[in-house]
Amino acid sequence: MNNKTIFGGLLMTAFLTLSISSIAYSDDDHGHEGGVFSRTSDVPAVTNKQYATECGSCHFAYQPGWLPERSWRKIMGSLDDHFGENAELGDVTRESITNYLAGRSADTLPNRMSRRILSSLRADETPLRISELGFMRHEHDEIPTRLIEGNPKVGSRSSCQACHTQAAAGIFNEHGVNIPGFGQYDD
Amino acid sequence: MKKLLPIIVLGLAPLTAIAAGSAVPDLLAQYKSQGAADFSAERGKAMWSEKHVQKKSGEMVSCATCHGTDLSKPGSHAKTGKLIEAMSPSVNAERLTDPAKIEKWFLRNCKWTLGRECTTQEKGDFLTFIKNN
Repeated sequence: MNNKTIFGGLLMTAFLTLSISSIAYSDDDHGHEGGVFSRTSDVPAVTNKQYATECGSCHFAYQPGWLPERSWRKIMGSLDDHFGENAELGDVTRESITNYLAGRSADTLPNRMSRRILSSLRADETPLRISELGFMRHEHDEIPTRLIEGNPKVGSRSSCQACHTQAAAGIFNEHGVNIPGFGQYDD
Repeated sequence: MKKLLPIIVLGLAPLTAIAAGSAVPDLLAQYKSQGAADFSAERGKAMWSEKHVQKKSGEMVSCATCHGTDLSKPGSHAKTGKLIEAMSPSVNAERLTDPAKIEKWFLRNCKWTLGRECTTQEKGDFLTFIKNN
């Protein structure tokens, strides 16, 4: 192999890397209109079984990418009053889950939603409720309250999976939306 | 291979022997060693539906708020509405098989419902009630 071939190979690799990452980062607002990485507007699915079991036994196991690390640490540090519920865990389990959440929090992800969430927060802001994030309010602002809060089969924006049929897989685009008693929702 | 088969089957037996309610005898013995008296399913049943005022919310709650009074039927989380599998070991083979899981939920749910941890006597009464229903 001569130097030219090696240089050509490197150049090729560089181009490929650049073009792939530009596809990954250039997804449009709805993230489903084709392209190799059309799912980049969604969040990576939950992969940690312990988190899925311990936290998912009471509520939807929200993907770590919805909140910054500081939020997860605050939530996991106050489980004895978890939005009014007692959700205490043993030290070992709690630390292990905290590490998982921190390691996959919005701060660690390059995807669009996580970056939008982060940029909408002040540095001294530590949100605890995903459903109350400015980003989340904005995404749902066109939907009448009777379809969410006033809908007995939904109740609140916290029940992601009630309408987002692929929520567990981290897919939240509008094509997967099916509002109970109403049906598909296209804005 | 024919000779090996019984050995394999015997080897697997302990794994399949984990029956619903299997964790209860050891826990009851442990509670007794910590000072609890005899346990009563009747007392457990009465406490199950006994209502307590939650300090923060001011709401009246009991075990039945989320689990219902018929333990062979599933319940639902008071706040999130998430389904809670039936408590009864007679319909749910996984119930009362894992001591750590039992203690975790006693801790959380006693605090939520009673505003304090349950005593060993109360925990034993609850287990006796749930196991028999």
